[in-house]
Amino acid sequence: MRRFDLHRLWAIVMKEFIQMRRDRVTFGMMIGIPLMQLTLFGFAINSDPKHLPTALRLADNGPFERTLVAEMQNSTYFDVVRVTDSEAEVHRLLQLGEVQFVVNIPVDFTRRVLRGERPSVLVEADATDPAATGPAISAVQALAFKAIDRDLTGPLARLRGAPGPVNFVVHAHYNPENITQYNIVPGLMGVVLTMTMVVITALAITRERERGTMENLLSTPLRPSEVIVGKIIPYIAVGYIQVSLILLAAKGLFGVPMVGSVGLIYATGLLFIAANLAVGITFSTLAKNQLQAVQMAFFFFLPSLLLSGFMFPFRGMPGWAQVLGSCLPLTHFLRIVRGVLLKGNGALDVLPEVWPIALFVAVAMTVAVKRYRQTLD
Amino acid sequence: MSAGGEHAIDVRGVTKRFGSKTVVNGIDLQVRPGEIYGFLGPNGSGKTTFIRMLCGLLTPDGGSGTCLGHDILREQKRIKLQVGYMTQKFSFYEDLSIRENLDFIARVYDIADRASAVEASLEGLGLRDRSGQLAGELSGGWKQRLALAACLIHRPRLLLLDEPTAGVDPKARRSFWDEIHRLSAQGITVLVTTHYMDEAERCHRIACLAYGNMLVKGTVQEVIDSAGLTTWSVGGPGLAGLADRLRTSPGVEQVVAFGNTLHVSGHDAGVLEATLRRACGPALSLANIRPGLEDVFIGMMDNARDNYS
Repeated sequence: MRRFDLHRLWAIVMKEFIQMRRDRVTFGMMIGIPLMQLTLFGFAINSDPKHLPTALRLADNGPFERTLVAEMQNSTYFDVVRVTDSEAEVHRLLQLGEVQFVVNIPVDFTRRVLRGERPSVLVEADATDPAATGPAISAVQALAFKAIDRDLTGPLARLRGAPGPVNFVVHAHYNPENITQYNIVPGLMGVVLTMTMVVITALAITRERERGTMENLLSTPLRPSEVIVGKIIPYIAVGYIQVSLILLAAKGLFGVPMVGSVGLIYATGLLFIAANLAVGITFSTLAKNQLQAVQMAFFFFLPSLLLSGFMFPFRGMPGWAQVLGSCLPLTHFLRIVRGVLLKGNGALDVLPEVWPIALFVAVAMTVAVKRYRQTLD
Repeated sequence: MSAGGEHAIDVRGVTKRFGSKTVVNGIDLQVRPGEIYGFLGPNGSGKTTFIRMLCGLLTPDGGSGTCLGHDILREQKRIKLQVGYMTQKFSFYEDLSIRENLDFIARVYDIADRASAVEASLEGLGLRDRSGQLAGELSGGWKQRLALAACLIHRPRLLLLDEPTAGVDPKARRSFWDEIHRLSAQGITVLVTTHYMDEAERCHRIACLAYGNMLVKGTVQEVIDSAGLTTWSVGGPGLAGLADRLRTSPGVEQVVAFGNTLHVSGHDAGVLEATLRRACGPALSLANIRPGLEDVFIGMMDNARDNYS
């Protein structure tokens, strides 16, 4: 008998091909996942985010200030979405994350430029995600010279050149030292929960079906909602253990500031955990076997990771990707966790991020209960 | 008890189709309370599908009737509360201990005094010494005892047992059947499917299914008599060669070797006898015997029309 027989080898190869063809879902995933990655990495992800929403606080209304604002818009990094003279309002916008930057133009700006006093323009940035603000901040420094220099003609030309007619002062709020961990570690809480919770529950019902215990469950008076909620509750406890571990590590190992209420993290965490468990259970009712369930979980996890703003700045993505990202519970939970821990957001501040998660839970649970068949038909 | 007549099961014309295949074809069945009713039929004859329709796991495509006085189409939830269903494949949790499995089922049925119900169930089936053992570590016989114990914990009025003794040794099989008879004596109705003729003979009444059709039903004796089969026992030397010759002879439908004798059966008694008298010389003994249930069953299966083909 030969050591390595090609006919025997071929027997295995053919069998594998037949089995691959029978398991359509697995085959689809093998084609679908690369396509999805290609689309997301290729088109959606951008580490140089532009068109960042900016609020302008004006105390002056001279020509140089208008030039400056026009030039900032032209740089494509800043989109002025709000012009006001209220300090309280701009700070509120920054805290809620509705704007990434606030540009404060001081009183008598134009006059002081003309006098060669190099007036200071304060740029306040929401630096919870240093990756989102970094490129724009470098751009603003460069652009300031150019912008006003062009207007300094004739006798004013002497004001041109170093050190420049305007002094830009940047305040990086919430994360002044631009420490990446301050952004990543709270974000990881959501990522870890998504990864583990979805996979665990995706297996929950599929496993019962695969092992034959489902037939027994169905012959008892148990109702679908009892089975599904009953399977979710234990994992909520597990999710809370994960949240606690990450919070402890964030404080102890990484020194992440915790400005807001930890209780609020736990409260909103419940909803977020439920959202992931509901997705998992839904997959569980769809998958034919445990392998398919895990693949579906991965199919959900990948866009969550890439489109939620965890790995890449949310505002850097094109519109369609932002819409897609907004459907994912992780996107909203990341904003809640970062908002609460770094900015000290309160319950009312995070409300706009809470209801999308709640809606997600409701939809996923409805699908799960509908898909859970009470008979073997 | 609720309305619905004196039968524990009373269904008519029950039909189930999967796609274009009719798996259960218009079956009528009446089972009296406390009766042990056996279902015989080859693999794929629709036994499991029929049982699943009785306990609400499948919705019939046709037919009507009652199970424990409840409508099988509309009152599946009420039926589930009073039926113990033992699946063909072991369907309890292998990573739970015996006690944990029983406790789980007891909770699912919301049994009033759960602890003592579990204790009584362990005691009654002789599982107490093993109560801490994981179900997955049990042998076939013990798994079957656990499954039965779990099916009985909510005191059902009807037991549906789907091939309960597959892969169980003869001694465990016998004690299982003794238990079934004890339950029957207490008034519990039992519908059981089996492939074993000796088990069928322990039932009060049996029904034979093939390809989704009900072929015959009644007591074992009635089934045998209704088949109209004649069987002869042939003894002596050279039986192997004789068996081959007989198989192709007129009037012979079955030739089965039983140790040192051949059992030869056929429906046409006259032709069969003539054939045997001709084929068997003086060295062979010939005796007309009562046909066994197996002979009758195999004979019926051979004649049943395969509506799948």
